[in-house]
Amino acid sequence: MAKPQRIDSQWKHWNPQQQSEGYLFLLPSLFGFSTFVIIPILISLALSFTEWDLIRPVSFAGFGNYYELLTADRIFLKVAGNTLIYVILIVPGQLLLGLILAVALNQSLRGILCYRLVIFMPVITNIVAVAIVFQFFLNRDFGIASGWIWQIADATGWPVAPPDWLNSQELSKVAVAMLTVWKNVGFSMMIYLAGLQSVPDSLYDAARVDGAGNWQSFFHITLPMVSPTTFFLLIIQMIGAFQLFAEPYVLTRGGPAQSSLSIVQYIYQNAFEYGLMGKAAAIAWLLFVVILFMTLVQFWLQRRWVHYES
Amino acid sequence: MNLKTLETQKSPKAVKMDRKLQRGLLHLFLMIVSFIMLTPFLWMLSTSLKFPNEIFTYPPIWIPSKIRWENYFDAFNAVPFGRYYFNSILVALSVTCIVLLTSSLAAYAFSRLKFRGREILFITYLATLMIPFPVLLIPNFLIVREFGWHDTYAALILPPAFSAVATFLYRQAFRGIPPELDDAARIDGASSWRIWWNVIMPNAGPVTAALGIFTFLGNWNEFLWPLVVTNRAEMRTIPVGLSFFQGQYSVQWELLMSAAVIALLPIVVIYLFAQKWIIRGVTISGMGGR
Repeated sequence: MAKPQRIDSQWKHWNPQQQSEGYLFLLPSLFGFSTFVIIPILISLALSFTEWDLIRPVSFAGFGNYYELLTADRIFLKVAGNTLIYVILIVPGQLLLGLILAVALNQSLRGILCYRLVIFMPVITNIVAVAIVFQFFLNRDFGIASGWIWQIADATGWPVAPPDWLNSQELSKVAVAMLTVWKNVGFSMMIYLAGLQSVPDSLYDAARVDGAGNWQSFFHITLPMVSPTTFFLLIIQMIGAFQLFAEPYVLTRGGPAQSSLSIVQYIYQNAFEYGLMGKAAAIAWLLFVVILFMTLVQFWLQRRWVHYES
Repeated sequence: MNLKTLETQKSPKAVKMDRKLQRGLLHLFLMIVSFIMLTPFLWMLSTSLKFPNEIFTYPPIWIPSKIRWENYFDAFNAVPFGRYYFNSILVALSVTCIVLLTSSLAAYAFSRLKFRGREILFITYLATLMIPFPVLLIPNFLIVREFGWHDTYAALILPPAFSAVATFLYRQAFRGIPPELDDAARIDGASSWRIWWNVIMPNAGPVTAALGIFTFLGNWNEFLWPLVVTNRAEMRTIPVGLSFFQGQYSVQWELLMSAAVIALLPIVVIYLFAQKWIIRGVTISGMGGR
């Protein structure tokens, strides 16, 4: 992009007011951005070192909030664990299913557009509405998911009972993860489809000439060629999964016994139910540090497995 | 001679059969997946039309023997759904307009104008992309409270209306527009404002469409922020209203499902008609313009 630069600098000579014009164009954005992004970042950071309940005066707490969270707050450790499990369940699930569906849809097949339409539909829907629907869908006593299992049990005489997804401490997280994957897998699929379509056919042709089968082509051509897509999806879905809120909030209310409570829900509870502003801000910053750390780790690891065209 | 693959050794007829089988299996697989994706929606629709006595049956009833349209009226009248709709449309539209306007102006400055501090400001914008929303949630709540904006449209609209992502995407798009175009306009005496509006924006139509759809959908579906800044029922958006509705009618599934249909229907209908644009908008913006 050398050329635009040169012309830019020519303009500078023609038009001396460009200096102030730049700020003028930037002003509306910068004003809002400072008020609702930059200043809040600073407030939040400062707040995390205080204790404040919105009523009494702010008192400085040093690293008190952080120390308490990391050493004494059992619920925090539990929700941190829950959130990590969400990431572990959701991210690989979405990547794997998204890739499988994209490969299946990357063929000349009748009805492709229709399948794509259906699989992508949950992406655009409202999470609160679909979480309510899932609540009913997964209900052990009268949800259709249970109904099917009872029908299988009746038909085969196989003694299976439907799991109580929403009221079991082990399964509540799985239920939230299922909802999330169901809702977002269409997005991964579309991104993967774009990635697949940029793989040149000549590579597959060459492999076929050399006698490679479908599976060999998949592992030695498709996977490496879409690895930048995989990396991109891995990063954004990991960041998203760390910030799950509406899914557990509506589907399980974080229960039973905080077994599906996410970190962002815990931030919400501390700030808006218990009035612990400083502590809530500290949790948010711990979340930021974890997300940043995990992202950097992934960027470091990518050198080993992400294949970039030179 | 190259090694011959199994496929080429088979008779043409066998190859054709193989391919047919493969396609059949692929269709079967995709149909099962589509069915799984659709089941929650179909079950929602079915329940929303049932009389209560057909909801808790075993085996489950898919097609109600008698249809109860009144569920929709009951759900719609139980809470101010009309008002929720109005709020959601107003908020999502306003946020989208402000995002498109401020981001494209900022991106014009970042890509076409020279001024002191341009690079450092742009890097600051990019750096904030790393900050997750929960970090901003509490201070923004406090700012809104300080301004006395709780339960106002200003609180619902302004904080989400400044987007580094949109600025970044617009900047990428603007850089792809040949500078000769601005050049010609400038020689004809056009001001930077005119160039932005008459030269750059008309050439950035696809990005505006993609970003507009993405921003509208994102704010239409946003839950956490409106939940935090609204108390009064009249100020709730659809997702927040629906969540409170769930709290009140947690066992009346036919009403809950009707409410869910009411909440989902317009977007799903628009999606069916404009799927190409919506899928494109969401994926392009979601990818950050890659």
